[in-house]
Amino acid sequence: MEFLLQPLTLVTFFPLLGVLVLLILPGENKSLMRWTALVTSLVTFGISLWVLGMFNPSNPNLQLVAKYSWIQVAGWNIQYHMGVDGLSILLLLLTTFLTPISILSTWTAVEERVRDFMVFFLLLEVGMTGVFLAQDLFLFYIFWEFTLVPMYFLIGIWGGPRRIYAAIKFFLYTMAGSILMLLAILWLGIEGGTFSVPELIAAGGIPADIQFWLFLAFTAAFAIKVPMWPLHSWLPDAHVEAPTAGSVILAGVLLKMGTYGFLRFNIPLFPQAALQLAPWVALFATIGILYGAAVSYAQADVKKLVAYSSVSHLGFVMLGMFALNSQGMQGAILQMVNHGLSTGALFLLVGMIYEQTHTREIKVYGGLWKITPIFGSVMLIVALSSMGLPGLNGFVGEFTILLGAWGAGMPGGAFESFGGVWWAGLSALGVIMAAIYILFMFQRMFLGPEGSIVGETRQHGHGLRDLNWREILTILPLLIFIFWIGLYPKPFFDLMGPTVDNLVAALQTAKLAMP
Amino acid sequence: MTQVDFYVLLPLIILVTWACALLLVDLFIPKERKWLTALLAALGLALTLGFSLSQLGLENTGFKEMVVVDGFSVFVNALLLLSGLLSVALAYGYLKRMGIERGEYYTLMLFSISGMMLMAQAADLIIVFLALELLSLPLYVLSAFARPRADSEESGLKYFLLGAFSSGFVLYGIALVYGATAATSLTGIVAAASNGPLTGSGNTLLLTIGAALILVGLGFKVAAVPFHMWTPDVYQGAPTAVTAFMAAGAKIAGFAALLRVFATAFPSIAADMTPVLQAISALTMIVGNLIAISQTDIKRMLAYSSIAHAGYILMAFVPYGNPEVAPVSVAAGLFYLVAYALTSFGAWSVVIAVEQKEGKGLAISDYAGLGRKYPALAAAMTIFMLSLTGFPPTLGLVGKFYLFRAVIAGGFIPLAIIGMVTSLVSAYYYLRVVVTMYMQDGEPETEREFWLGLTTAGTALVIVIVSLVPQGLFTWASEAVLRLF
Repeated sequence: MEFLLQPLTLVTFFPLLGVLVLLILPGENKSLMRWTALVTSLVTFGISLWVLGMFNPSNPNLQLVAKYSWIQVAGWNIQYHMGVDGLSILLLLLTTFLTPISILSTWTAVEERVRDFMVFFLLLEVGMTGVFLAQDLFLFYIFWEFTLVPMYFLIGIWGGPRRIYAAIKFFLYTMAGSILMLLAILWLGIEGGTFSVPELIAAGGIPADIQFWLFLAFTAAFAIKVPMWPLHSWLPDAHVEAPTAGSVILAGVLLKMGTYGFLRFNIPLFPQAALQLAPWVALFATIGILYGAAVSYAQADVKKLVAYSSVSHLGFVMLGMFALNSQGMQGAILQMVNHGLSTGALFLLVGMIYEQTHTREIKVYGGLWKITPIFGSVMLIVALSSMGLPGLNGFVGEFTILLGAWGAGMPGGAFESFGGVWWAGLSALGVIMAAIYILFMFQRMFLGPEGSIVGETRQHGHGLRDLNWREILTILPLLIFIFWIGLYPKPFFDLMGPTVDNLVAALQTAKLAMP
Repeated sequence: MTQVDFYVLLPLIILVTWACALLLVDLFIPKERKWLTALLAALGLALTLGFSLSQLGLENTGFKEMVVVDGFSVFVNALLLLSGLLSVALAYGYLKRMGIERGEYYTLMLFSISGMMLMAQAADLIIVFLALELLSLPLYVLSAFARPRADSEESGLKYFLLGAFSSGFVLYGIALVYGATAATSLTGIVAAASNGPLTGSGNTLLLTIGAALILVGLGFKVAAVPFHMWTPDVYQGAPTAVTAFMAAGAKIAGFAALLRVFATAFPSIAADMTPVLQAISALTMIVGNLIAISQTDIKRMLAYSSIAHAGYILMAFVPYGNPEVAPVSVAAGLFYLVAYALTSFGAWSVVIAVEQKEGKGLAISDYAGLGRKYPALAAAMTIFMLSLTGFPPTLGLVGKFYLFRAVIAGGFIPLAIIGMVTSLVSAYYYLRVVVTMYMQDGEPETEREFWLGLTTAGTALVIVIVSLVPQGLFTWASEAVLRLF
């Protein structure tokens, strides 16, 4: 009982209760199933707020730790070890926050096999939460791999016309990366005698050349998940084919598992390799930023446009993180949240219009703002947030990241050896490009003369409708945070500050130890 | 002969006696009440399982060091008897449905299991050979059990011919080993190898060739590449219940014998054998997984999957000469055998549930729509496929984790990488079954039988639950060490 009542255990596994209820619910009452899933995810969100209440932001270490011996055989020491600190608290909240929103967005969009859908969705939440809280490599690997399974079903059963292709591609791509990570995990476990991350970090002492290979092995898993250019090709397929709620979670949370992995494992476990390779990561991040933005501009499918914009935005996250200074890392963590909110909202909005028109071709739309004013206004806010308009959340994240990246280019910074301030300079171009593709999309869809689809929907019925109350309720929480972070980001930075400073200090120590 | 001799072999003696008695009793059981034979067979297996478990912690040899009981043999015997019980559960309804319900089926199975158990307990190469024949002959008959169906007869004949051929290899290997060491008992071989008559290079060469030939013969039994050619045809032609039994039982026994013979008798030639084992293991994983991709028949697909898994288990043999890693890798091999056996039985039970008369319902495309029409069955199959791939939350993942750890600890990182990459390849064809079940529409037919359903549900639950609380199985496997002579 004591095991189950640990706050972190509870927040991770509570959705399983909903799964159980869903499985034994008799009959085919769809709305009962939807309510069950929604209530479960709302309670989970409540538990995560309780966790936040107990979280002490000024403590840089792991908190609310749950630690039990799990498997112990000769040379093995696997623990059930959960903990939360400044690196993960926001991502935990993001997960539990986006899940009920996504479930709400499926209210009318998912009509087939509702029970299965909700079961997979709640299982996915368990996996994601576990990834952000696990502090034992074996436990982490289990959660990490497990998230693939429900997502695979969500894409494969409820997705678009090429759903099977997209689902398998998603699965195999991600699994390919995990394999190398598994190798590195096993190596660490054998050499260190433990799979516990804090213990491995404390023990340290991995020779620099081995750090290099282990860093690359972990990078294989995380870079595919992020995804970093050039490993991003699964992302557009998965996004385009996934149902709306799947896209929201995929962009909002699953991609963050990759960036979080870098922050939690790569940098603290292999600090010397991180310092050594930081400019190279910055190179790929910058290419990703510019490439993602350029390709977004060329898309005819609005969902694909948003998908490629993710590649660009996550490039910023990677750039900030590997600036390896406090500003860059804090900006990166905040930008993870921002991307979850803005891109999640974009996918929701695209899904809402798609539900009515069943097409995502940009060119058939036009003049929507006049017909659906609420939808248009919300879209404008979200689009501006995504391109980084001051006063909205995207600006705060990107600006902090660019400051950090600039600092890293200065003498003594992480990018000094290669590229220097060029990475910050080139990435700033990405901000401008984002403005171009986002505004261009907005202009073509919402301004100008009425598009062909408007007339078509009128012929078939009463034309396009504006957002209804449920849809507004779905999107409103996201808007609140978009403004909140944009206008007053201090509470968010306060949550992660001490942990990030600790990490930066550890990096400084590691740097001094380098030859 | 003393009491101790008999006590060492007690479970085996009980099972053989029971099998003989069952053969006679079955004559008096009327045709419409063959369920009684099945029940009696299961009872015998359960009884033997009880006696076998009572030997836990015992370590002794019997009959002048011809047989041995140790933690390893008890573990393997328990696993074999459990496989036997599951096989009875699978066969009971299947035989009736296919119109091949004959009492001898269960008797033959009991004899075969006796051979397998003897294999795990053999401490002398002659016993290894005897056990090999005792396990194989009933299997040949069982493969052809669905006569006069041509593919079943073909399967039996093919298995028999190639099996006889491989027995020849084992026998010749034993002869060469005897020539090199003047001994057939494992003790004698170890003593000879360490005492000196082998210093001449000719004798060491003879011993190496002998060991290699034994490896070929047993490699045939466990379906390791390049001795795997029979597997798909035999697995496909044999009645599915027999295939399920073969896929688990014969493999467990073959690996048990290999592990014991190599780890106890041949550590002196480990430097020569390790590269060979490494190559066979890598080849088996690669070939098995690659060919499985193109299969459209579920039985053939699972046959190639079983070849691939032989490769994974063989990885546990590679570090056998390294005394620091060997105990861990033996434990990892045993753990993986449990995971594989349970998963394999589960998967075959689903195949049996979907299979219809006259070989219908065996194509993978026949599984279309299973997820919608029979959600529980499809969910179970998904668990089995994930377990075979090595995905959480299943025993397959924990087993692979353990196995790869042993291989990496032994320093065979390239082999571990091959194992992991081939797992990725395998995900493709295992997922295809899942895709077919959930993402394609169809109207599948399934059979509902109590014992069959129980096997499916039971194995699926055990696979998931034990993967979450694996401590007990870990401890048992790590304590199931080989007695060294």
